[in-house]
Amino acid sequence: MDLALAPETLARWQFGITTVYHFLFVPLTISLAALTAGLQTAWVRTEKETYLRATKFWGKLFLINIAMGVVTGIVQEFQFGMNWSDYSRFVGDVFGAPLAFEALIAFFFESTFIGLWIFGWDKLPKKIHLACIWMVSLGTILSAYFILAANSWMQHPVGYRINGAKGRAELTDFLAVLTQNTALSQAFHTLTAAFLTGGAFMVGISAFHLARKRHIRVMKTSLRLGLVTVVVAGLLTAVSGDVLGKVMFKQQPMKMAAAEALWDGQDSAPFSIFAYGDVDKGHNSVAIEIPGLLSFLAADDFHAHVPGINDVNKAEQQKFGPGDYRPNIPVTFWGFRWMIGFGMASFAVGLAGLWLTRKKFMLPEHLRVGDDEVPHLVLLPSRALSPTLTAWFWRIAVWTLAFPLIANSWGWIFTETGRQPWVVYGVLQTRHAVSPGVSQAEVITSMTVFTLLYAVLAVVEVKLLVKYVKAGPPELTEADLHPPTKIGGDTRDADRPMAFSY
Amino acid sequence: MELHNVWFVLIAVLWTGYFFLEGFDFGVGILTRLLARDRPERRVLINTIGPVWDGNEVWLLTAGGATFAAFPDWYATLFSGFYLPLLLILVCLIVRGVAFEYRAKRPEERWQRSWETAIFWTSLLPAFLWGVAFANIVHGVPIDRNFEYVGTVGDLLDPYALLGGAVTLTLFTFHGAVFTALKTVGDIRVRARRLALWAGLLTAVVALAFLLWTQADTGNGRSLVALVVAVAALLTALAANQAGREGWAFALSGVTVVAAVAMLFLALFPDVMPSSLNAQWSLTVTNASSSPYTLKIMTWCAGIATPLVLLYQGWTYWVFRKRIGTQHIAADAVH
Repeated sequence: MDLALAPETLARWQFGITTVYHFLFVPLTISLAALTAGLQTAWVRTEKETYLRATKFWGKLFLINIAMGVVTGIVQEFQFGMNWSDYSRFVGDVFGAPLAFEALIAFFFESTFIGLWIFGWDKLPKKIHLACIWMVSLGTILSAYFILAANSWMQHPVGYRINGAKGRAELTDFLAVLTQNTALSQAFHTLTAAFLTGGAFMVGISAFHLARKRHIRVMKTSLRLGLVTVVVAGLLTAVSGDVLGKVMFKQQPMKMAAAEALWDGQDSAPFSIFAYGDVDKGHNSVAIEIPGLLSFLAADDFHAHVPGINDVNKAEQQKFGPGDYRPNIPVTFWGFRWMIGFGMASFAVGLAGLWLTRKKFMLPEHLRVGDDEVPHLVLLPSRALSPTLTAWFWRIAVWTLAFPLIANSWGWIFTETGRQPWVVYGVLQTRHAVSPGVSQAEVITSMTVFTLLYAVLAVVEVKLLVKYVKAGPPELTEADLHPPTKIGGDTRDADRPMAFSY
Repeated sequence: MELHNVWFVLIAVLWTGYFFLEGFDFGVGILTRLLARDRPERRVLINTIGPVWDGNEVWLLTAGGATFAAFPDWYATLFSGFYLPLLLILVCLIVRGVAFEYRAKRPEERWQRSWETAIFWTSLLPAFLWGVAFANIVHGVPIDRNFEYVGTVGDLLDPYALLGGAVTLTLFTFHGAVFTALKTVGDIRVRARRLALWAGLLTAVVALAFLLWTQADTGNGRSLVALVVAVAALLTALAANQAGREGWAFALSGVTVVAAVAMLFLALFPDVMPSSLNAQWSLTVTNASSSPYTLKIMTWCAGIATPLVLLYQGWTYWVFRKRIGTQHIAADAVH
């Protein structure tokens, strides 16, 4: 079967679907691992039961989530070979190494210590058990770093040479691949965004319970942890986004010009808030802009020159030969805006929440509450919000858990679409990267199978999450409060049921 | 030894590690139907591998990633060529992982039964398909001058390959039964030993046929040694199982897996994917490998990381060394 499609179209759709789906779970896994580890550390240090109940609650949601992250990650390891065999042949010498490092160092860490953590509650002494979740957290961060270094090489290839005889890129400087500014700023941005995601997840779910006046102690602790995470991570996401943006303006001017729908280069380039244009004619018909801001974002100077889409296209035609070197402009333009918009929206909610629920000593006497009461939302120095506004705040706080997930997805769609028509910028075009021996029927088959399977699993996963969110933090058992002192578990009662079993 | 040869060995080690480890957890998955009589027994089986199956599976991901880095052309030809079988394996591994994690998360009978069915099938199919895949790799498949697979799915299902699938299926079931006997206590332990006998005898028949065929087809002196070790280990494992020496039986069924995989790789070397169309078009350790620089970096990484992995994964097995019986499974546990 041959459709009237470019050979790369289906493969790109499949990669987009499976990768965006995978990346719904990744940032939550990264951040919830660390946040759960933080809560468990608080339990080990203070022995306050609230922290242990919070650890168990968020740990459960973390596990439901990481299961999906792990299984959808398997596809990622193999689909380069399946759908992108010419890409694999061309870049394997460079791109394969960080992937292998990721598996050898990070995946083994994550998957081994997650098993120890899940089943280890009655098998490991408290501190060793705690160390296991920190190892998982370390694994998730290392994993992110290696795969982002690999992706950064596609955005901005360094440390390689082209071997003409073999027809491939070969690694010459692995350290350059791991430490180039693209990799560092991309890792910085992605990791901070991951924590924004996990923070917002905590805020949303805590708000859900607090609005209903349930599980107040645990949820108040969680809300504060979530809010602080959202604000700190949100701020750092903005800073790292700015750093990454400046790197991109230098390394991929086309992507950034497309992100701004800036057709022709200019001094004091404006930041576009809204644009509607004609891609064929190469100009915008409607545009709402903030003057000079784009120049500032690109080069820290309100008057700097920023090249436009048409300029970069011409320059690339001269360099690489005839062709259209423009990405899909509307997707790039809007993807950039959805990313920033949704990301910053959750940051704003976090900031508002942190102020509204501020600590006792910043509140007048009559607005202070006890440990088992839902905090008043206090906007002005001494007045709480009305019940209607309070209800609305909790509602928006629940919604905010989705915002970073949307922002993350659009961020990836933006940065990957904005690099087109290149798969490795300036080195290999996407149309030369697909598997020549794989038929479109085969790609359609696998795309359909994965899409259907992922859809079913999404329903299963969300339903489970909802069930466990609604159930709230578990009551603690005797076994929870008296962890073993020996590795392998205490031997007093050989027939005692396991603390956790599948 | 030249680095591309070192990496051929290391890739073989990764696959061997994968089949040794995931081999018994596939086997345990299959036994949830063949051995377990009721839900508590199925849960005993699942919990013997609960803490470790995920770490076992990473051996596969590492084998995949390392092949990509060390032999990009091997990675590209293999996974684009064996497209549909690989798709089926991936689907199985996805469903299987979710099944382990989610099965106990709801109390409903139907929910748990569905995931248990899934665990059985998604253990059985990959256990069979990996054998088919490796038989094809060793035997050779239609590969053209550009290293592209030019056959069809049907070409991957010839009798030799199907026999290869039968070997991994029976061998992993045997390996899983022996593991179960080692890790459980009570009635199920006794029955696991009994089942191991039959699974082992069946394995002996199909494995001997397949390995001899392989030896006649592409074998050499070294592969013959591995063949003899594999068969001897299998028979000794059976004897140990009969004698109730469960630790020995498991160690020896492990040696069987290792020797059988080693034999396939020894029969393969120096090719990594021979072409059945023209020997000139075969992928070999030299023409499919990465540059010496990449291999050097990878060697450093593997040299440091692999012993560490073995150390902490080994520690995991020690932490969860206690045998499990139905009494250890909390009746109402919904996690």
